[in-house]
Amino acid sequence: MKLNLMVYGKWFGMKLIRLCTLLLALSIVTFGLMSLSPIDPVQAYIGADAMRVSSEQRQAIADYWGLDDPPHVRYLHWASAMLQGDMGTSMLYREPVADVIGERFLHSAALMAVAWLASGVIGLAFGIVAAANKGRWPDRIITWYCYTIASTPAYWVGLVMLVVFAVWLGWFPVGLAVPAGVMASDVTLLDRIYHLVLPALTLSMVGIAPIALHTREKLLSVLSSDYVLYARARGEKGYTLIRQHGLRNILLPAVTLQFTSFSELFGGAVLAEQVFSYPGLGQATVEAGLGGDVPLLLGIVLCSALFVFIGNLIADLLYRLIDPRMRKGGEW
Amino acid sequence: MQHRIPPHTDPAPGRQRNLRRSTLLIIAGSALLLLAIHITGAMIDERGLATQPQNRNQAPSLSHWFGTDWLGRDMFARTMKGLLLSVQVGLIGAVASTLLAALFGLLAATGGKHVDRFVAWLIDLFLSVPHLVTLILIAYISGGGLRGIVIGIALTHWPSLARVIRAEAMQIKQADYVRISERFGKSRIWIALHHMLPHLLPQLMVGFLLMFPHAILHEAAITFLGLGLSPHQPAIGIILNESMRYLSTGMWWLAIFPGVSLIIVVRLFGILGERLRMLLDPRTAHE
Repeated sequence: MKLNLMVYGKWFGMKLIRLCTLLLALSIVTFGLMSLSPIDPVQAYIGADAMRVSSEQRQAIADYWGLDDPPHVRYLHWASAMLQGDMGTSMLYREPVADVIGERFLHSAALMAVAWLASGVIGLAFGIVAAANKGRWPDRIITWYCYTIASTPAYWVGLVMLVVFAVWLGWFPVGLAVPAGVMASDVTLLDRIYHLVLPALTLSMVGIAPIALHTREKLLSVLSSDYVLYARARGEKGYTLIRQHGLRNILLPAVTLQFTSFSELFGGAVLAEQVFSYPGLGQATVEAGLGGDVPLLLGIVLCSALFVFIGNLIADLLYRLIDPRMRKGGEW
Repeated sequence: MQHRIPPHTDPAPGRQRNLRRSTLLIIAGSALLLLAIHITGAMIDERGLATQPQNRNQAPSLSHWFGTDWLGRDMFARTMKGLLLSVQVGLIGAVASTLLAALFGLLAATGGKHVDRFVAWLIDLFLSVPHLVTLILIAYISGGGLRGIVIGIALTHWPSLARVIRAEAMQIKQADYVRISERFGKSRIWIALHHMLPHLLPQLMVGFLLMFPHAILHEAAITFLGLGLSPHQPAIGIILNESMRYLSTGMWWLAIFPGVSLIIVVRLFGILGERLRMLLDPRTAHE
């Protein structure tokens, strides 16, 4: 047991080092490339008021942000502030980047968590139903749906949802995370959930496809194995057979797949948030890209990398904790 | 979302069909569709896209198949133009990405341990950030425009294919003829180009075809977000983005038809890639 702990400690240490080098490299590459951009941050900052800003004022802004320093000086400046927990100030929101990301991530996290759970559970169920009915109509419908949705843009699904549920049926609001014209303190949890339904539905509809198809493949390979043949010979059949012999084998890959899909989840959230004007991190990413908000964009790149890394880490850990074959052998 | 979709081992569950014949049909069909998009896209000139204020906000009819928008522009013409642009951008991006994958895959397999490690690290770096964030970042860095989109698509799609190519090349490296060639004093580059690349061509071809639909989707996504092309260019993403403002007034055709056309094109090329992959894979070629 003690040895085990040491092994885990070493493994975590390695992962931590990997994460640090990854973030370091990512920040250097991103920072370096950003300084090559032809978009003038001062111009982007001033925006439509360009005519009314004199060149002295421009110079003052450039001096204030330190824009005339060479890139490596600016990077060192940024990195040393970053290490002290200061991610800089967003040019668009005029707030510390950490605050903007923190607040926005809460909105996005609610959206992504709901969609993640729903697509995982429904996708798993779809995959099981499809595999159990291989070749019959439930299987055909599910595989057809999965392959079609995999070639459908997530934001278009959102647009269709808007047309059907918000415009035609009028069941749900057209956008935003809270009702318009209501004080922030008066917004109830129910309001938030009400506004979350359509974006979350969009994200989960898209997220079902990979998990369902993977589950179907896995379960089919399990069902064609010798021990299932033996179980069938003993008279087991139907969903009891799948529950007793299949489910245990497919659950772990399905769960880990869901954890490694954080990258796609984030991408889908960016698009869904854009459609529904949902004030999450994805929307902030687009605004930062359009508005040339370098500190915010840099912060978001690093945070999204951290998000994806954590997902992969959990998947890795789950495999090692649950699968005894991985625990014994394998590379640590 | 690419490469998470497992291989499609049974194209028509329950029904046995000749894979080769149906694949040929699909190839012919998609070639025809591509040609049709090109011809209609090229035939539509400024006049077809011009605003006709007397025909504003019309629902789909025989004279305007996809309806007209708030400026009276024919949506069918705009959709075709947009599809043409998306397919072209996707094509260039996917070709560039495939070349990158071939280059890095071969480099990793033949360049020695340190190069291999470096390429693996590079792949990890590119996969560590969500694709869409990378695309937004590159669109910003290149200052918008078509170039940024093409570069972005080329840079985001190669890592997974590069891994496949590396693994294949590693296998070829163990083959006797490669070892003999090495003993004869052939350089690594010569071996990579003359012994490995010909064997990898089918893999690259399939990789390209599977990548192509994703490249189109990403092009549409990034233009939808408003990064890249100017709003006057009819790209599918821009059309869908503009439609958002008019959906609440009940003009559903602005979003539905362009979207469905995009899905049909993407799905067709997806099927094409899958079929070719199955034909080239000896385990599934005779199903």
